[in-house]
Order: sequence, then C-alpha cells, then structure tokens
Amino acid sequence: MDQPPDTPRIGVDEWVASVEGKRERYTGVRGAVLQRWERLPPAARVLVFAVPAAVFPFVTSEGNLFRFGLFTLVYALLALGLNIVVGFAGLLDLGYVAFFGCGAYLYAILASPQFGYHWQAEAAIPVVVLGTAIVGLLVGLPSRRLLGDYLAILTLFFGQAFVVFVNNANRISFPFFGHVDLTGGSNGIANIDPFNFFGFKIDTTRKQYYLLLIAVALVLILLAFVNESRTGRAWRALREDPLAAEVMSIPVNRLKLLAFVFGAGVAGLTGAIYGTIATAALPGDYDVGLLITIYAIMILGGFGSIMGIVVGAVIVSSVPELLRSSANARPLFYGAILIAILVKLRPWRLLAAELGGLVAFGFAIHAVASAAYPRLVHGQSIGSGLFARGLDHWMLFPSNSVKIADVAYILLVAAIVMYPQLGRLWRAVLLPPLLYLVMFVWENLLLVQIGGATRLILLGAMLVALMNIRPQGLFGTATVEIV
Amino acid sequence: MNWGLFFDLTVSGLTLGSLYALIALGYSMVYGILKLLNFAHGDVYMVGAFLGWYALHALGGPLNPTFTGAVVLLLMFIVAMLGCGVLGVAIERFAYRPLRNAPRIAPLISALGVSIFLQNSALLIFGAAFRDYNTFALIGVKTYSIGQLFFSVPQLLTVVTAIGLMIALTVFVARSRLGKAMRSTSFDREAASMMGIDVDRVISVTFFIGSALAGAAGVMFALVFGQIYHFMGFIAGLKGFTAAVLGGIGSIPGAMVGGLIVGLAESYATGYLPQGSTFQNLYVFALLILVILIRPSGLFGRAAISKV
Repeated sequence: MDQPPDTPRIGVDEWVASVEGKRERYTGVRGAVLQRWERLPPAARVLVFAVPAAVFPFVTSEGNLFRFGLFTLVYALLALGLNIVVGFAGLLDLGYVAFFGCGAYLYAILASPQFGYHWQAEAAIPVVVLGTAIVGLLVGLPSRRLLGDYLAILTLFFGQAFVVFVNNANRISFPFFGHVDLTGGSNGIANIDPFNFFGFKIDTTRKQYYLLLIAVALVLILLAFVNESRTGRAWRALREDPLAAEVMSIPVNRLKLLAFVFGAGVAGLTGAIYGTIATAALPGDYDVGLLITIYAIMILGGFGSIMGIVVGAVIVSSVPELLRSSANARPLFYGAILIAILVKLRPWRLLAAELGGLVAFGFAIHAVASAAYPRLVHGQSIGSGLFARGLDHWMLFPSNSVKIADVAYILLVAAIVMYPQLGRLWRAVLLPPLLYLVMFVWENLLLVQIGGATRLILLGAMLVALMNIRPQGLFGTATVEIV
Repeated sequence: MNWGLFFDLTVSGLTLGSLYALIALGYSMVYGILKLLNFAHGDVYMVGAFLGWYALHALGGPLNPTFTGAVVLLLMFIVAMLGCGVLGVAIERFAYRPLRNAPRIAPLISALGVSIFLQNSALLIFGAAFRDYNTFALIGVKTYSIGQLFFSVPQLLTVVTAIGLMIALTVFVARSRLGKAMRSTSFDREAASMMGIDVDRVISVTFFIGSALAGAAGVMFALVFGQIYHFMGFIAGLKGFTAAVLGGIGSIPGAMVGGLIVGLAESYATGYLPQGSTFQNLYVFALLILVILIRPSGLFGRAAISKV
C-alpha cells in the first residue's frame, strides 16, 4: 500500500519506528561493533567482562589489584544495588551510603574484638543483610506517603544522621545495658575479622577479589531474574509512569518500599565485604563523597542499564586513581580535550585554524609576558620530560602562581558559562584564548592540587556536562515522554 | 524553670531560624516554579559568606576598615547578595535550563554536580582552613539586655535584616508586576507562557532573588558565628530545605515559619534534650519525619492535585 511520505505509518508507533531508523544508521567502525555486539547472545556478552575480570589478578601486582580491582568491584556492587532503587523504581535515594555503612558496622559488631564476638561469615552475612534491610524498611516507611523529591531530602538527612550517630555512639547509655560503646566513635571499629566460611578464611587480597567477583555475579544473576519477573516488570512500569501503573492496579507504594529495602540489603552486603577489606569501620568512609561517586557511576552507565554500570564502575574507580599522579593526569587531560575538539570541530580546516591559533596565541602571550612582566614566566611546569620543558616556553608560569591562578580559575568558570551564549563567529574567534585559559588553570592550579579538590571538581563538572549532553547516561536508553 | 536559659535558647533559636528561613525561601521559590530541588543552594550560601569575607578584606579588614562599621557591613551585604544572585542565574542558565524537558531525575543529578563543583572550587581557592570575620573588632562586643533577655548586636542585626528582607520579598511578590508573573508561573508554567509571560525571565529573576537571600544569610551566619569554611553550605542547605518542607514547599510564608520552627527546635534540642549538642541534627530530623507523617504537604502547603 502506497502512502504519502510525510504521514506516519499506521499501526506503528512513531518512536519505535524512529529507533529502527537509528539502528539502521549505524555506520563505520562504531556501527559494525554495535551491530556485532547486539547480535551476541547474553552469555557471550557476560564473558566479555568475566574473562578479563577473572584473569586480572594474574597479570597485575598486589597493590594494583587492591587499588583498582577491589574498589572497582565494591563500587560496581554498590551501584548495582542503587540501580534497583533509582534505575528500576525511580526513587532518588540519597542516604544509600548509610546502608553501606550500616552493613560494615553490623559486621564489625558481630566479628571483631569490639564486643568479643567472632561470628562465622555464613552466619554473619545473612544477619547483616537482613539487619540492613530492616533499617531500610524503617527509613522507607515514613517516606511511603511522600512524593519523590521529599524522599530525596529525607534520605539525605538520614545519611547525615547516620554519620553523626556513628561518630557519637560511643557514649550512649541504654536503659537496661547501661553505658555501651557501640561504634567506637570517631576512631571507628578496628581489627575486623576476615570472612570465615566454615573455616576457610578470605584473608588475602586475591581471595577477597574473587569473593567480590562472586558477589557481583550473584547480584547480577539475581537482577537478571528479577528483571524478568512480575516484580521487575512492575518496577519498570512504575518508573515510567507511576500513575498509569497504579491505574493498572500495581501496588505502587509496596513496590517502591520493596525496591528501597532490596537496595539497602545489597548495600549492607557490600558494606560487610568492604569492612573485611578495610579491616576497620570508620565514620568518614560513609560520607557524601562516596555517595556522589556511586551516583556518578550509575549516571555514567545510564539508569537501569546493568552493562553500563559495570563500565561506569571501571571508569569512575580507575580514572581518579590514575589522576593521583601528575604524570598520568596530564596525558589524560590533554587527551580528553583533544578528543573533544576533534569530535566537535568538523570541517578539518576549522580544526586546523583553531589549533594553529591556539599555538600562535600561546607563543604571542608568552613573548609579550616575558618582555613586559618577566615574573609571569619565572615559574616552571610540574614534572619532567620533553612535554613539560616545552610547555615552559609556551605557557605562562607565574612565580607566585597562587593568586593569579585563583583569579584565572574564576574567570575560566565565568567564561565557560558565557561561551555557549555567544554567536558562532565569536565562538570560533574566542576558542583559542579559552583553551589557553583552560590549560593555564590546569597547569598552574588543578595539576598542583591533583590529589585534593581537583578530582571532585572534575567529577562534578562531568556530571553537569553529561546531564547536558545525554540526560539518560552513556548506555541508557532515552525514556519516551508521552504528553 | 530557668528563664535565663530559656531566653538564651530562644534568642539563638530565632537567630538561627531567620538564617534558615532565608535559605528556605530560595528553595521554596525555585521549587514552586520549577519543581526542582536545587541542591546547590546551600553552596551558594557558602559562596555568599566568602564573598562577604573578601569584601570585608578589600575594604581594609575588620581591624582598620576604610569606612565606619555600618557602611562596611552594608557594602558586604551588597557584594554578597549581588554576587550570589549572579551566581544563581548562571547556575540556572548553565545547569538547569538545558534540562527543562529532560526526565525529572536529570536536573537533580545536575544540581548535585553543581553542588560538588562549588564546594571543591571553594576548597581549591579558599583552602581548607577556617576564615574568621572577626565581628567583634568590626562592630563591637556590646550585649544588650531586656530583663533576663540578652542579645548581641549581630544577633539583633540578623533577625531585623532577615525580617526586613522577608517583608520586602512578600511585598514584591504580592504587589509588583514581576511578582504577579512569578505567582502565575508557579501556578501553571504552560498557561503563564501562553498568557505572554516570559517564563525564562521569571525563572532567572527567581533564581536571582533566592540566591541573593542565601548570600545575605551567608554573611549573617558569618557575623554571628564568626567562622566560615568551604563545607558549611551542606548542612545549612539541608536545614533550609527541612524548613521549606516543614512550612510546605512552594509557599513563601511557609518557608519563613518553617525556618523559625527549625531554628527554635534545634536550639531547644541543644539545651533541653539529652546529649542535645551532639544529636541536635537527629532531633531536627525526627521533627521533620513527624511533621511529614502528620501533614505530608507541610504546615502551609496545599495538597498537590495531579491531573493526567
């Protein structure tokens, strides 16, 4: 049947049709990889992650395994649990890290010299998971009546309350037991036992790594089953549209609570494992910084996408570790900028003109500064090697960089906010100075403080930028808004 | 009953409460119009405190100010309020406006990103150390009393300024043309834009006013409590939001009353409840849960009617 080209096809949802169109548009290397990937059976997709993960301990040192392997897996587990709450049920749980802390402290109470209990892991883990889930239930109950945003603030408050509580719970007096030191206050609980399964101790980094891998696999399998179950379908339904779900007689409140408790349970399990890795439960470990990290992982991966979370965990846990030293940070930073420019500036003539402009601008500024204000070029760039020494002849390094760099940083933030408001021509003309400013701030301020604030600044900026570019996350699928 | 303690707690509660009320106003106004939790609001308040500090030191510092104390104070407030207002508008333009039609969770995450960005930028620039306003040197240590009611100059200044700002805001929203546009935008954004109201401009103005109030609150906090640091916005923002929820989010008088209630509750909890000084935040949290259980829409809020 012939149809005029502009009318929608009858019986085919417009959005579904456009997705197929998008899939057909995959071209080039990326398209070939994506098509190959989508044709793989699920088991093979799992192998793509499982094989490198299983081999990893044999190709790296103990220290690297601890820094990269263990933390990636802990983050992945946490993000998987959070994904149930946020990705499936659509609840914004900002107290999630407190459940993680609950798990660690509960296990610490059950298996450390603090109270003299030394439970076997097979008994302690169920108790910890159940206990954390019950805490989750108690927190979730009052928020049952709440709209989504109120839940966010309530849980955020709960997270804070948890930190205050464990910081001070070493001087609580209970009605019947008298004075009890429950959490060790700000010193935390030290010397937590390693897991002890029927006499088999998980006491080396490699054993812990495999234990975590097994835990991740178990949670993934559980998620896969839940995803296909009635409950999983109902969760997705209520994420898309709670009102429609309720009309379909899905018990919205009960399911939300269930998701919340489920997430808390996973966090509790992770907390117990983390407790044995760190061998101590400290109040500072369960604060907002970790919460942001976990959210960054989940968002980077995309809400509700399990594969995305694994990739996100690898990126978010390893990039800040790599950023710790300026030798690694510099190539990463310039590489990211270069890629962004290569992707954004399309006709190659424009790209060449901008890059040439940047180089020329740098030399011009450097020449003017060394003639007029020699103090501006007295400093040196951090590190050694050809690149660093070359930078000395191109970039400004003021001898008292702190104050100038602070001003430059504020200028840079203002410039980046203003930049998208400009017209096309101005944007093209002002790009080299802007890039130069970015590099100036990077070399003089951010690289100097690479171990401290820089990483979180980059994380925060990344969150905002990602939400601007792709609100559904890297691997998430855009939800359809039907008006 | 120890009336002296009671009066002391009341005065400090009112002081805290008026700060929380000013912060809550920003939350509440933004929420009323955009239905967005602006997590970065607490950090705008922190930036306000630091802007005030810089203004103070640009004017010669607390020990030998260029002008008399009152003029310096006024200039500090102006700098902090203008700076924070511009910052708020920039945040809205950059982090929230592109996401206006995105899924609801996207602007929340973006707000979280802005918050962590501001906090750590402050850490980068101001450092981790506490800064001191040295209010005593600037406006003196004199304490006044009415009977057993003792209060200091900064406390009085805070309460009076906060009340003044709130009255100005109320009059602005109730009487002016822009205020009318704000009210109608918050009532129904789509309908308002169809009536020829420039919704984008109204939202910018809302962010400007809300952030300026937070900036003023930041300066007041620093005047009363002296010390400021880069992480101070987080807990204050939390309390401000609690206040907004208590009063009924989206309601301007609700935010004011909610702020006073939270401030007084915190102060009384510190004085009267067991281990109040360590667990004051837990008590405020309990109060929040209690109010939400009894009246989910807050004290002044209207129950939300959602239509399909």
